[in-house]
Amino acid sequence: MVENVAFATKTIALGITALLFLVTLSTGCVDDDDTLILVIATTTSTYDSGLLDEVLPVFEKGHSVTVKVVAVGTGQALEMGRSGDADVLLVHARAAELELMGQGYGLERREVMYNQFLVAGPDDDPANLTGAGNITTAFTRIHDDEAAFTSRGDDSGTHKREQELWEAAGYDYDTELDTEATEEWYLQTGQGMGATLTIANEKDAYVLVDEGTWYARADDLDHLRVAFSGDPLLFNQYGVIAVNHTSRPDDNERPALEFVEWLSSTEGQQLIGDFTMNGRQLFTPNYTPG
Amino acid sequence: MQENVLDIALLTLQVAGSATLLGALIGVPLGTLLGLSEFRGKAAVRVLTFTLYGFPPVVAGLLVFTLLSREGLLGDLGWLFTVRAMVLSQLILVVPLITGLTMTAVDGLDPALKETALSLGADRRQYLTTLALEARTGILASVMVGFGRAIAEVGGVIIVGGNIKYHTRTLTTAIVQEVRMGNLDYALNLGALLILMALGIYLLLYQLQEAGRK
Repeated sequence: MVENVAFATKTIALGITALLFLVTLSTGCVDDDDTLILVIATTTSTYDSGLLDEVLPVFEKGHSVTVKVVAVGTGQALEMGRSGDADVLLVHARAAELELMGQGYGLERREVMYNQFLVAGPDDDPANLTGAGNITTAFTRIHDDEAAFTSRGDDSGTHKREQELWEAAGYDYDTELDTEATEEWYLQTGQGMGATLTIANEKDAYVLVDEGTWYARADDLDHLRVAFSGDPLLFNQYGVIAVNHTSRPDDNERPALEFVEWLSSTEGQQLIGDFTMNGRQLFTPNYTPG
Repeated sequence: MQENVLDIALLTLQVAGSATLLGALIGVPLGTLLGLSEFRGKAAVRVLTFTLYGFPPVVAGLLVFTLLSREGLLGDLGWLFTVRAMVLSQLILVVPLITGLTMTAVDGLDPALKETALSLGADRRQYLTTLALEARTGILASVMVGFGRAIAEVGGVIIVGGNIKYHTRTLTTAIVQEVRMGNLDYALNLGALLILMALGIYLLLYQLQEAGRK
């Protein structure tokens, strides 16, 4: 028995060592190709809207770089900026973005576009959000009725906004929402916007969602419709950040800065404004120099 | 507030354990039967089973999702985003493994043994039971491999379970979430816990196997 344990422990230790070795190897990998690879980390909500598929080819053509987009959570995107695994961040979490800039991980940050959040919900609107008038009343009704609500629950930009909205409606998020006491109606998926919408659709639940993802997905979400929209608190600003590769000399800082510059240029802003999904404009460009 | 890690670990065990148990209830008799029977197309069945060893977990999840979605054939059950859906999705992965490996274990028995059992007048049921007992080491190994596949899997359970806090969050889906959130250290800890748990389970099963050998 003792030998078995020792053997198993040794085997596991060996396995983990081998794994670490592989990880170390893979981080040292470089693309053989000569063209520069620019890695953009963005949130799932931006990625799912399809905006980047539209604008990136134009940028690539004009700047002889290859852009790779990694769609992750806001948390991971910011972490990729800190670790230098991404060159550009395109996210919507103002406070967290400013914190990152303050820590010196960003070379340049610009606010380039916005859209709105909205609340989608089941067809029969059980908590009567349609007549709520403003978002805080809407959230209060959901809470009072204990109407099913799916939350991202992942500290993403959308989840951060949702927490702010609960607080604005007078609830303490940690003790009145994010607790086992509400588990029957407050469902935290810990997943991206797309998966969370799918779950809301299946569960007949309300959900906070950005317009971009909503209008890209609305057609397959048979059981959901817009339950509430149009409140200043639902304004959703996107920022783009060129990452400062502090720890190592990096060729990618120049194209990263070029991308930030380009997205806020007349050409980039025009492309953002022209992007439509199912005939609807999803993002409004709003870069103002200064 | 983080969900209690212990609850997540217990749910992980519950899901993988149920899938393995149900998988064994189906796979062991089926594998024994297939292994001992001679019929046309046996080779084809064998190859098909082996192919299913590599069945992608996400596809299993997708199939179960389609089945259990409110528009799906079994939508009325209301099983989507429950533990049952997760067990079902893992069952698809576990059954071929246990069936195939049991089949191989039984196939490998000494032919003389089979003849002896028959010559002693065993009926079909006694015959199968006797030989399954003889092949128990291999069969237990098949169950261990099945459990390994179930507990390590994430692609299926995240689709049909939804990683919902306090309901359907397992260690693997929690790891996916923590990585997405940039909490790599915490995710690594969850990974270590998962491996330790597997170690505990396997030490137990290993003891069982050793005891069975004697």
